[in-house]
Amino acid sequence: MPYSTIQNDFNALFERSWDSFGMLVLELPAENLIPLVTRLKTELGFTSFLDVTAVDYPSREPRFDVVYHFYSVQYKKRLRLKVPVTESDPTVATLTGLFGSANFMEREVHEMYGIKFAGNPDLRPILLYEGFVGHPLRKDYPIDREQPLVDYRK
Amino acid sequence: MEYKSPVRSYLEETADPKNVLVNLGPSHPATHGTIQVIAELDGETVKKADIHCGYLHRGFEKEAEHHTYHKIIPYTDRLNYCSSLNNNFAYAATVEALLGIEITPRCKYLRTLLAEYNRIADHVTCIAATVMELGGMTAFLYLMTIRDYIFEHMNHLTGARLTYSYVRIGGMARDLPEGWLGRLEEILQFYERYIERIHGLLDRNRIFIDRTRNTGVLTTEQALSWGYTGPILRSTGAAIDIRKDTPYLAYDELDFEVPVGIKGDNYDRYYVRMREMDESVHMVRQLIKLLPEGPLNVSDHRVVLPEKQHLYRETEPVINHFKLIMEGIQVPAGEVYLSHEAPNGELGFYLVSDGSGRPYKLHVRGPSFLHMGGMHTLLEGYQLADIIATFGSMNMIGGECDR
Repeated sequence: MPYSTIQNDFNALFERSWDSFGMLVLELPAENLIPLVTRLKTELGFTSFLDVTAVDYPSREPRFDVVYHFYSVQYKKRLRLKVPVTESDPTVATLTGLFGSANFMEREVHEMYGIKFAGNPDLRPILLYEGFVGHPLRKDYPIDREQPLVDYRK
Repeated sequence: MEYKSPVRSYLEETADPKNVLVNLGPSHPATHGTIQVIAELDGETVKKADIHCGYLHRGFEKEAEHHTYHKIIPYTDRLNYCSSLNNNFAYAATVEALLGIEITPRCKYLRTLLAEYNRIADHVTCIAATVMELGGMTAFLYLMTIRDYIFEHMNHLTGARLTYSYVRIGGMARDLPEGWLGRLEEILQFYERYIERIHGLLDRNRIFIDRTRNTGVLTTEQALSWGYTGPILRSTGAAIDIRKDTPYLAYDELDFEVPVGIKGDNYDRYYVRMREMDESVHMVRQLIKLLPEGPLNVSDHRVVLPEKQHLYRETEPVINHFKLIMEGIQVPAGEVYLSHEAPNGELGFYLVSDGSGRPYKLHVRGPSFLHMGGMHTLLEGYQLADIIATFGSMNMIGGECDR
């Protein structure tokens, strides 16, 4: 079973682990991300990088959780990784070297939350546009603030 | 007026002065989605492609944080609007998981039935649009006829043709109307008659094969690396299907196969979808027999509105109703990621709740977004005209791609 293998053999790479509705969750510091994901991919068949997003807790320190989801084709199991990052230095390493799908998803998280993916060569806006000020999915971005690309007709 | 481009392309100059840059979209008559492809061409061959999406972005995740759980259901309709029910069910299942609610048996089987029924409508739309863009108008009209029969039938059940909003947390909006299942069998037979014609028109059609065979080829390793799921991944030969691998709803009781392709080209993607529809019909027929009688909604007053007959006579139901509408369902604090096999692939919802009536964070993993992230690999090295065939077979849906 991959979950017990992770909990026994990989425990140097993460700080905490718990179960979330049948899915194993690991919390780890940002510097362990690449070593852990590389081992997951090569040793346990987590070859599908499903999703990355972030959660903003404005009153908490560190402020953001970067949340990753992986799928092991070999064991038919999903896995969640949580990497807390601070507001002053919201940097995690990019996974574009390991998975192609990291490309688009990291661009989205970058523009929506301002998370920096160190080493990602292409962090252009993807759902928003050049010149958009702020990060709309952060909790301190008001929902009714408008920034039209082309001015409204008077 | 000054021209403003949303995103600068990384292709602003061609590497070779002989090459030219061509812009397709975002609103191109031969692509059925709002997406921009900037391609560097050497003659007719695509050397590089830069895909821009986001033209349909409407802030689903931000909106979701400001609405009660029930009010988000209409928003989920508009993710993949060709198969709204699959989105509805995936979303409802996510919220129900966090609430710890187990839906009633009738609801479970009915959701499975409707999810498969809606999958047929989605695949029909995808194939129809692809074929039309390749010039096959007859096949398009036949497929659209099937789709229209399904939509009218769904309209009878839900009151809408496309955006159904039929699910409720803990159940459904209403039970099946009289005669609905009888009509369903008629439509399935109609589907079989028409899909036979589609096989006759396309399967061995020289023009169709020339346009789709060996174009947009993808290997399983590439598909997994780009996060592909659903029919596109299965067309490469990998039998990966959430309905089989980690069954949800009633899928573990059903008899069905996971069709796979041979080499992951456009023809395989067409054929995998055709076979999947047949499997869906097979599943719907089993589910009609399995569908039990009994209550449709759970009897949990934390989530389900009280019945109208009590509402008008007693005090507690009025308070219950008021609290559910004004404050919303109180979902316990926690987080959950749940995914269903939507027609396009893995549709995942990642929900974080802080215990209030609104989600703290609701993230959607839309399969189309990932599919667009790797589409340039399917375009590069092929002809300009193959963009249309490849893009069609990807079934990009702007609603779930741009959210």
